[in-house]
Amino acid sequence: MSSTTLIPSPRDITTEPRRSDKVFRGVVTGGGLSSLVILGLIALFLAYRGYGVMRTEGLSFITSAKWEIAVDEAGNVTSSDFGLSAMLVGTILCSIVAVVIALPISVFSALFLNFYAPEWLKRILVTIIDMMAAFPSILFGIWGFLVLMPSVEYWAKIINKYLGWIPFFEVKPYFVTRSPFVAGVVLAIMIIPIITSISREIFAQAPLDRIQAAFALGATRWAMIKAVVIPHGRSGVIGGAMLGLGRAMGETVAVYTVLNIIFQINWHVLFGAGGNVASLIILRFGEASPYEINALMAAGLVLFLLTLIVNALANLIVKSTGKSGR
Amino acid sequence: MTITAVPNKPWAKSPRDRGRDIAFILISLVSSYVVVAVTPMKGKLAYAFLLFFSYAVITGIYSFITRGAPAAKDSIVKTLVAIGAILTVVPIASILFTVINKGLPGIHKGLFTTDMSLATPTDPIIVGGLLHAITGTLTLVVLALIMSVPIGILTALYLTEIQGKFSGPIRFLVQAMSGVPSIVAGLFILSSILYPITKSYSALMGALALTILMIPTVARTSEEVLLLIPNDLREAGTALGGTQWRTVAMIVLPAARSGLMTAVILGIARIAGETAPILLLTGGGDKVNPNAFSGSVGSLPYYIWKSFNAGSPEAITRAWAGLLVLMLLVLILFVAARALSSRKISK
Repeated sequence: MSSTTLIPSPRDITTEPRRSDKVFRGVVTGGGLSSLVILGLIALFLAYRGYGVMRTEGLSFITSAKWEIAVDEAGNVTSSDFGLSAMLVGTILCSIVAVVIALPISVFSALFLNFYAPEWLKRILVTIIDMMAAFPSILFGIWGFLVLMPSVEYWAKIINKYLGWIPFFEVKPYFVTRSPFVAGVVLAIMIIPIITSISREIFAQAPLDRIQAAFALGATRWAMIKAVVIPHGRSGVIGGAMLGLGRAMGETVAVYTVLNIIFQINWHVLFGAGGNVASLIILRFGEASPYEINALMAAGLVLFLLTLIVNALANLIVKSTGKSGR
Repeated sequence: MTITAVPNKPWAKSPRDRGRDIAFILISLVSSYVVVAVTPMKGKLAYAFLLFFSYAVITGIYSFITRGAPAAKDSIVKTLVAIGAILTVVPIASILFTVINKGLPGIHKGLFTTDMSLATPTDPIIVGGLLHAITGTLTLVVLALIMSVPIGILTALYLTEIQGKFSGPIRFLVQAMSGVPSIVAGLFILSSILYPITKSYSALMGALALTILMIPTVARTSEEVLLLIPNDLREAGTALGGTQWRTVAMIVLPAARSGLMTAVILGIARIAGETAPILLLTGGGDKVNPNAFSGSVGSLPYYIWKSFNAGSPEAITRAWAGLLVLMLLVLILFVAARALSSRKISK
């Protein structure tokens, strides 16, 4: 048999990628960079639109509490005063209330899921909690308004009755409907699944050998958790709480349905006057003139940067715990 | 006589232990009832609080007597974490119950065949339906899918297959992007495309905003799935003389098929009920709009929002019915994603 002619000529051995690979790598890298491009464009366009307003208002865009615009008959802006401070204070107040309520509940339920619940119950609960995280915010908003709000107002009255001497819980004049507290409770219910699932993952990474060592030394479950799990997971849980905070700050529809938006700085959490940057945009968008739309864009930019910073910090914290202790 | 060894489970609960547990619950029930009857505390809140409080106290005292102070602390913490889990689940039970309870009266035959173009908020429930909202949501989701799935999967491929020098920053940016408030995504499309270029509401505008919200979900879930594909497969592809492109397209992606489907479905579940950008960008018409590129278009969240704000009893019932349909949609998507992800690597 003469098969010499059938042997293919040897390929060149080279580390140079072929053209198809170069194209592939180029396309994939392009796709990969899209997140950078999109985030950059968001900041750019909102800044471009809002720049005029921010320059006219100057620093008072952050410090003033007024949101007023006067238009003459021809539709020209005669005077305007845009300030975000009341909305920013409201946003921070609502989301802090939400985190303060949600954090202990989430940490406890994450501990329950990891160290107390039997396997079958754990599987069911994890599915339910993940499902809750996927629910649309409008569902929480309308449920919160029609079902939850009467109860929460009742709780607010109780808190005011017994803790009203603390300035933070003061209500003067007496009006507790649609307060930041109500919005905070609704937000808390929305972020509990997020904080729970992050805490659960972090607690599950607690080193098994140390857990077993603690039990072998005769620790009860709580002693083990205190000695091993909490030191290991503390900063991760803080990061999870901050992710929840970022989510709560950006939430729009659920807050808008339950919150009474007043352009006035209010630190009293039970008093029925709050503010929220995201809800402001929905509230004013319908009837806004082009100039006011630009102001809303600037407000959106502030909100975007705020949530971006909170989220970035949170991710850094979560990531650094994932590595340590293993 | 033979003796059979009976397996002995010292950790299992004996009937006596179970009886004691039930007795503790009963005692705390009774004591909460008594305290509510005697003191001025009233209402469901007081009952629930006292029930847990007395249960914690009773089991704590029992553990203290039998096993000392550390055991007492342990049992109190056990009650606390159980309360945490219950408090997490109660709202979802309440949401499911309310939506089904209030949404069912709004479900009727014409719901899926008629739209709201001839109905006003105060018309009886029988008039009008959800057709425009369902077709609108479908249009939005399909358009967003077409744009976000390629970008999301390319991002995931960059992070897992190429692992270039931007991997770290890009992973970080994708995380950051998942935290972008939905209203900001809406404002961005408004400022960059709707005002300067198209100047009119359309499904495409809404879909663009939804794309921004969907990319991070798709990218992160796909990345997790692609990381699960064993490296042997990639090496086998390269050993057979395949280029990287052929290996990824012929081996890695088909192997990750069902996992990628999960990623896409989770992405849809994320955006299907998204309301804020829809309110800014789609206009929310009451008629079926077959043109995805111009004209205002309705969608489920917009329909719910509109009915809820109309405020009449009929409109509120419509809103609940819309919520029921939306919730079922999200539930079905979620269950489908779960079923698919239980086998992440397809044969």
